[in-house]
Amino acid sequence: MYGLADCNNFFVSCERVFRPDLQGKPVIVLSNNDGCAVARSNEAKALGIKMGVPLFQVRDIVEKHGVTVFSSNYALYGDMSNRVQTTLRQMVPAVEVYSIDEAFLDLRGLEHTDLDALAKNISSVCKRNTGIPVSVGIAPTKTLAKIASKLCKQYPKLRGGCYMHRPQDIEKVLRKFPIEDVWGIGRRYSKRLKAYGVNTAWDFTQLEPRWIQQEMGVVGMNIWNELRGKPSIEFETHIQDKQQICVSRSFSKEIYDFEALAEQVSLFTSMACEKLRKQKSACHYVLVFLLTNRHKESAPQHMEGRTIAFPVGTDSTLEINESVLKALRAMYKQGYGYKKAGAILSGIIPKASVMPDMFDTVDRQKHDHLMSVVDTINAKNGHSGVYFASQSLEGIRMNRQHLSQRFTTEWDEVITVKCL
Amino acid sequence: MARIEIFKAEDRELFLPLAEGVKAGFPSPAEDIPHMSLDITSQIVKNPASTFYARVSGSSMIDDGIGDGDILVVDKSVTPYNGCIAICFVDGEFTLKHVEIHPDHIMLVPANKAFKPIKVTQDNEFIIWGVVRYVIKKV
Repeated sequence: MYGLADCNNFFVSCERVFRPDLQGKPVIVLSNNDGCAVARSNEAKALGIKMGVPLFQVRDIVEKHGVTVFSSNYALYGDMSNRVQTTLRQMVPAVEVYSIDEAFLDLRGLEHTDLDALAKNISSVCKRNTGIPVSVGIAPTKTLAKIASKLCKQYPKLRGGCYMHRPQDIEKVLRKFPIEDVWGIGRRYSKRLKAYGVNTAWDFTQLEPRWIQQEMGVVGMNIWNELRGKPSIEFETHIQDKQQICVSRSFSKEIYDFEALAEQVSLFTSMACEKLRKQKSACHYVLVFLLTNRHKESAPQHMEGRTIAFPVGTDSTLEINESVLKALRAMYKQGYGYKKAGAILSGIIPKASVMPDMFDTVDRQKHDHLMSVVDTINAKNGHSGVYFASQSLEGIRMNRQHLSQRFTTEWDEVITVKCL
Repeated sequence: MARIEIFKAEDRELFLPLAEGVKAGFPSPAEDIPHMSLDITSQIVKNPASTFYARVSGSSMIDDGIGDGDILVVDKSVTPYNGCIAICFVDGEFTLKHVEIHPDHIMLVPANKAFKPIKVTQDNEFIIWGVVRYVIKKV
């Protein structure tokens, strides 16, 4: 069995942890430079505020209904995401971080436990420990688990956890589940499928495999199998996935030395950034993680990961690697033998849609030029011909009028408790 | 494999490789023992994912040694218990109090005679945000 833990309206939920008074009230979070709404509370959705709508277009609704508006607080969201991921790792055998607010859970071997209770328990522990409401779906495949987690949002009665496994239940759900919402279908395929009379996930499972193979190839076949309960999308593989780029390796020998570890992780980061540039994208987050050899039970164990946020989407190895090394230094513990490490880029957007920023202190043109030179040299000389030594970049400032405090990452900005 | 290293001019440092195998004097007997210094966080933070910090403003908890400007270490994973010191959210504000749990109501009790306890019933907007585990104060 597989699980999917999805944070509900994640950015809004992060803000609400420190503003409990906003529970049950309409809240939106804006993109970079306070451009458009990128997260909405259920109440804001009910007011008709659409995803991605520019703020000026909904100004009237915001004022009339007293919608609370926040600028993106990337430092806060990155930290809260780490907290949820850590909490998940404490509760299940393995976690695959899929995006800043979603993670797959590997529950193979737990088939004989009460998985419905587990799903509800994971949700309630996440909520209690971090304040973030999380929807946990558990099902025979990752694709079905995603669907199960969506049910939790529709039906509060499920108390945040849904275990969907009996064939008759799955059929009932799939018959009502729109094809365009199935993981991996996307807009392009859903249009074509609808023209072919496929409107629900169930319709899709009834198609001839040969037709799917022909029209959609392996991707389509995987979805077909997954919807029919046969796991076909592996756990923790590096599938060509627009939502994240991961480069990680197990080392042949444990690494104890920080410099050696930093060199490896820098290499992974630059490889990931290269992939990012190749697909002409930029990212908003990088997750760095390291772990010791868990098969060596006598040795001290340490596993940790940190997410760093970039307010302006970036594809610069210089900028990303600097943050990666900073996080690595903060996590690294002397005396531990590290067996595996890696970097995962997420929050991936097309490079062309990166919002330029008036107050941006990073010289992006210069970076772009340098990166294209680096990529050309690497293309000629094979992988990692060019290596990045430590670089320093200045901080980034931008237009964020509705920014909340960095409650969890700056001492001067933690919550104040009144003793009056 | 050939490698080109790019340094920013002002960051440039010169690293000289250590001549390996050349040893002078007696090797340190502590060489093979991993160096691990004490870390205060490991003492006061049991579960980093659920631990938050807050700063105190005011003196209503002074008899418990919690004063203005102190830092609170709050663990949201701890279930509130009778008498615990907790950050509570009451009617739109964060406040620090002892939580006394009664069958039909909750009393929020300060630790300073100059302040009165607050009775919380179903009519109040109220949550226990997190239980305080440690207080960091400068002496």
